[in-house]
Amino acid sequence: MSTDVKTQANPELVTATIDGIEVHVPKGTLVIRAAEQIGIEIPRFCDHELLDPVAACRACIVEVPDAGNGRGMKPQPACALSLMPGMVIETGASSEKVAKHQSGMLEFLLINHPLDCPICDKGGECPLQNQAMSHGPGESRYEGVKRTYPKPVNISAQLLIDRERCVLCQRCTRFGAQISGDDFISLAERGALSQIVSYTEHPYHSVFSGNIVQICPVGALTSVDYRFQARPFDLVSTATTCENCAVGCELRTDHRHFQVKRRLAGNDPLVNEEWNCDKGRFGFRSGHRDDRLTTPLVRRDGALVAASWPEAIDVAVRGLKAAGSAVGVLPGGRLTLENAYAYSRFARVVLGTNSVDFRNRAYGLEEADFLAAHVAGRDVEDSVTLAGLEKAKKIVLVGFAPEDESPVTFLRLRKAWRKRGVEIIDIAPFVSDAARKMGARTVLTAPGGEIAALATLAEELDADSVVLVGERAGLVPGLLGTVSDLAGKGVRFAWIPRRAGELAALEAGLLPGLLPGSRLVSDASARVDLQAAWGVGKLPEAEGLDAAGIWAGVADGSVKALVTGGIELADLPQAAAARRALAGEVFVVCLEQRASELTEHADVVFPVALLEEQIGTFINWEHRLREVVAVNTRTDTAMTDVRVLAALADAMGSQLGVRSPVEARIAYHEIADWQGLRGDFHPTPANGITPGEGLILAGWRTALDDSRCLDGAETVRETAPPPVARMSATTAAALDAVSGQKVTITGDAGQITLPLMITDRMVDDVVWVPLNSGIQVIPTVGVLPGQRVRVSPDEAAGGVA
Amino acid sequence: MSVDTLTPNLSDNWDQFESWKLANYEARGGYKAARKALFEMTSAEIIDVVKESGLRGRGGAGFPTGMKWSFIPQDNPKPKYLVVNCDESEPGTCKDVPMLMATPHTLVEGIIIACKAVNSHQAFIYVRGEVLHVIRRLQKAVADAYQAGYLGKGIFGSDYDLDIVVHSGAGAYICGEETALLDSLEGRRGQPRLRPPFPAVAGLYASPTVVNNAESISSVPAIINNGAAWYKLMGTEKSSGATIYSVSGHVMRPGQYEAPLGITYRELLDLAGGIRPGHRLKFFTPGGSSTPILTDQHLDVALDYEGVAAAGSILGTKALQTYDETVSVVRTTLRYTEFYKHESCGKCTPCREGSWWLVQTLRNLEAGKGREGDVDKLLDVCDNVSMKSFCTLADGFVACITSAIKHFREEFEAGYHTPAWELFPYEKSVYFPDHREKITVSEVADQ
Repeated sequence: MSTDVKTQANPELVTATIDGIEVHVPKGTLVIRAAEQIGIEIPRFCDHELLDPVAACRACIVEVPDAGNGRGMKPQPACALSLMPGMVIETGASSEKVAKHQSGMLEFLLINHPLDCPICDKGGECPLQNQAMSHGPGESRYEGVKRTYPKPVNISAQLLIDRERCVLCQRCTRFGAQISGDDFISLAERGALSQIVSYTEHPYHSVFSGNIVQICPVGALTSVDYRFQARPFDLVSTATTCENCAVGCELRTDHRHFQVKRRLAGNDPLVNEEWNCDKGRFGFRSGHRDDRLTTPLVRRDGALVAASWPEAIDVAVRGLKAAGSAVGVLPGGRLTLENAYAYSRFARVVLGTNSVDFRNRAYGLEEADFLAAHVAGRDVEDSVTLAGLEKAKKIVLVGFAPEDESPVTFLRLRKAWRKRGVEIIDIAPFVSDAARKMGARTVLTAPGGEIAALATLAEELDADSVVLVGERAGLVPGLLGTVSDLAGKGVRFAWIPRRAGELAALEAGLLPGLLPGSRLVSDASARVDLQAAWGVGKLPEAEGLDAAGIWAGVADGSVKALVTGGIELADLPQAAAARRALAGEVFVVCLEQRASELTEHADVVFPVALLEEQIGTFINWEHRLREVVAVNTRTDTAMTDVRVLAALADAMGSQLGVRSPVEARIAYHEIADWQGLRGDFHPTPANGITPGEGLILAGWRTALDDSRCLDGAETVRETAPPPVARMSATTAAALDAVSGQKVTITGDAGQITLPLMITDRMVDDVVWVPLNSGIQVIPTVGVLPGQRVRVSPDEAAGGVA
Repeated sequence: MSVDTLTPNLSDNWDQFESWKLANYEARGGYKAARKALFEMTSAEIIDVVKESGLRGRGGAGFPTGMKWSFIPQDNPKPKYLVVNCDESEPGTCKDVPMLMATPHTLVEGIIIACKAVNSHQAFIYVRGEVLHVIRRLQKAVADAYQAGYLGKGIFGSDYDLDIVVHSGAGAYICGEETALLDSLEGRRGQPRLRPPFPAVAGLYASPTVVNNAESISSVPAIINNGAAWYKLMGTEKSSGATIYSVSGHVMRPGQYEAPLGITYRELLDLAGGIRPGHRLKFFTPGGSSTPILTDQHLDVALDYEGVAAAGSILGTKALQTYDETVSVVRTTLRYTEFYKHESCGKCTPCREGSWWLVQTLRNLEAGKGREGDVDKLLDVCDNVSMKSFCTLADGFVACITSAIKHFREEFEAGYHTPAWELFPYEKSVYFPDHREKITVSEVADQ
């Protein structure tokens, strides 16, 4: 019998025999993988396809009667043995001897294992339980004493270990050492008393910690969040996509009784492999708190009161009609493609305005044009991809802190460096832990200095280089222009925003100058094309207001109504002004999941469905379509944004053309393909570093910060490192400040105070802060990164030398 | 071979006044071989002489030393390292400690020659942490060699640089396994590494590394001085040269006996004054506790690599622990197994869990609380461990248990009903009439 197992691009195949079956596999294939491919199951615990072999558990022992040279070998672990030409392998499937050995290994693993499966979270999905059943002895011959430990022990606020359950496979420690680079746990003691321990002086501060719970092959590692929450066999699993950043990791979401109990990383080799971050894993409770909106609300006598859907629609329509086309639409950056499409058409057709902008964040003047010209309309085929990063020679990070702003991208960058020796260059104000973990060379750069930094690198960048551009790059005048110049000489780049919905919003045309399918508002033929497709008379011709313009219009009264979808006022750089403006006459219609600062100012609030309650699509930064699957189909009150907007359109005497996400998806794809004129990008002139007194503010949002998505996941927030202000030793000395001392950072609007951390390798004249850890820095201080702030050490607090 | 064919070579100067001092070592021709290797020989010539001499690793495995050196890839741009394994921890093995106390400069000289052979400029001596006196003596010897210009920049006035670091282990038997030793030396937890890559390709700091036993390296100066042919005069065809046999236990004169490979245990026993009067040999280990035990049937086995292997054991470290008929083999086996359980690093399942389990079963047998079938269970558990562990530590305790059962099964089966101390009163095996007072059973039990 001959079975062709795997024919990749690699032409070098070896032929060998496993249990009498001839296999042809690429050179270097491990025996355990080759066996999998012909359906032979070899038990394993320490083996994990994405971790380097360690051959510690010995469960996968096989016999090698012929190593390919006519001579046998002693029993070998299949997880660490590469198949050689002519090799003959016997597994437990064909050899009673091997079956006995494998059974013996399971018996060994069980002698010190508590067999508390009925109360163990892993029971029912436990590799030890399953393999003991499939390959182990029915009964143990062990009559001795089992080791016991006090239990459980916290490894972090979120992680617990029950040491007596541990089989010492070292998957968790290897994950930390190899995959995430967070070496915060280790083996201690020896022999059967070996145990996984954490360091007292180094808390497990990792944004990837949940992965070790998932890959633990027994119930030794559990999360505070999920411990004793459910039995695996009672859960209903759904494969879907994470909504917490622009990577769009595949998730396995498990629910019971219509409650999501946990989320696991799904397996998508092209995107997230088998990992995800703690924000994606644990940040799913925010929609199930007391502030969830369950009925429409209308403002009556100054107060928001519950109303029926018809009444709320009625009030909204009256207000919107009164405003005419002086309406601004702020849908936010978290929508699915389907909902984004509905907003786009709602603005253009129902409201007759192009004043629509998804960017509920700080952005620069050149960004919209850059996105229209260089990002919109691409697809995954011509984009830089996560997997493609491993094939690059050099990767430059600009305005982008991957571990915080796109965690799974960080994992891929680390892998690219670790496995393929890809050189990573980080343009950043200090040498971060993340840079160290990616083996990155840091070009120390103050915000504003990125263009000069890229200029010094320009010589060494070529068609094998990739520039990853974070959304913060748009804040530096001229920087996106420099990136597009590099693209002109063949350097590839990708724009990586933080939020999951920004790419979809871009493709749906949620910018004042952009229509769906990267059509330009200014292009008459594009408008005509869309008019025909939509069957509407006339689309607005004038480019609308962007987000800043809309808020300015609210302030000066020229924008009379707002339609908003899931935005936080505090995320706005001009939050204070927006708050003042909302006190005026503007009519506000909110489509929201949860009560927020903005809904407090609203005239009508429509509750909309959580992501887990609807189907949809995200477009990740690779321009890859990521499917969102409804996890929990029982929704009592909320409707999707599409459905609400369709109802409003009807009541306005117009039409949206779609009433459900499915229809919106079809409608979008019908018009998505546009071969006409694309945007033209005119970069703004570069300013360089802002001159003046004080220090330059630098900062970004850390992965586990005060984001409302993490509400309800407090244990995970506790694993975030405490916020600090960073300065170089020279800068701190000039201020007479020492590490640990509190420093106050003052801008036009206000001030914040944080303990100082003197940072070894950091550019001078800069203070770095996390932008939303404890306080929203930009609106509070009133200063954007790149601008100057006054910094003074706090006398009273005193320093720690 | 007659009884008087002791061949003092490594142990030649042990009886000299302050033999460990540099001046005294040099007065007897020390460092002549190092100079010869440095100034008169090429690297290839050194390797050829050592290959030709037939010197094999004295750490237990018996791999030809010269061949090991020739595996170091000289086209590799990384530095080459020599690591000397002095983590002597095997129960019964006590050859390196007295050798290094008596003549540390022999090792330093051997290192100089070996480094020249493999083109290494940095050597490490990894010494078992518990033997502080040896560490101090080695440190002093290395410091003196630096002082004399025999180490450091331009040694002996040549253009060759060589540094030696004496590194103290933290007390783990597993760090005698060469890859665990390298991890420990790098500052990590000492656990064996997955091979390949082998140390010769990617050893210490992922650079080409030779790991040699202290006795192997110490044997080199004499070979360089006297030539391969001289060395081959001693020993047997495949196991040439002389080595240190450590005879301990129920013999009248325990100690180190340097003799040609291939000497029989009967001859060594004669040299050691025989078994204590009134008693007879019951069993012995040929090479430390991890080698299968042999009995009085094996007195005429040639103690070389091939001879001992043919008798079903391993020459190992040539640590001949001798037990007379007063000793309970169950008790001995238990003590050995307890040692391995304590020293198992915990990396792999069969060693970690197997030793935990076997100790408990053996304790029951020693206490006469065993159950019918326990002996077969021991053998079956041993079979599940044997050859399937990560390194050979587990094979060591399997060997001592299975060989003991093979030769003395009835003693283990007696453990189903009778405590070992009733069959073999423990005070009888510790009582030496010539210099020991009788101690009582209860005192033994207290221990």
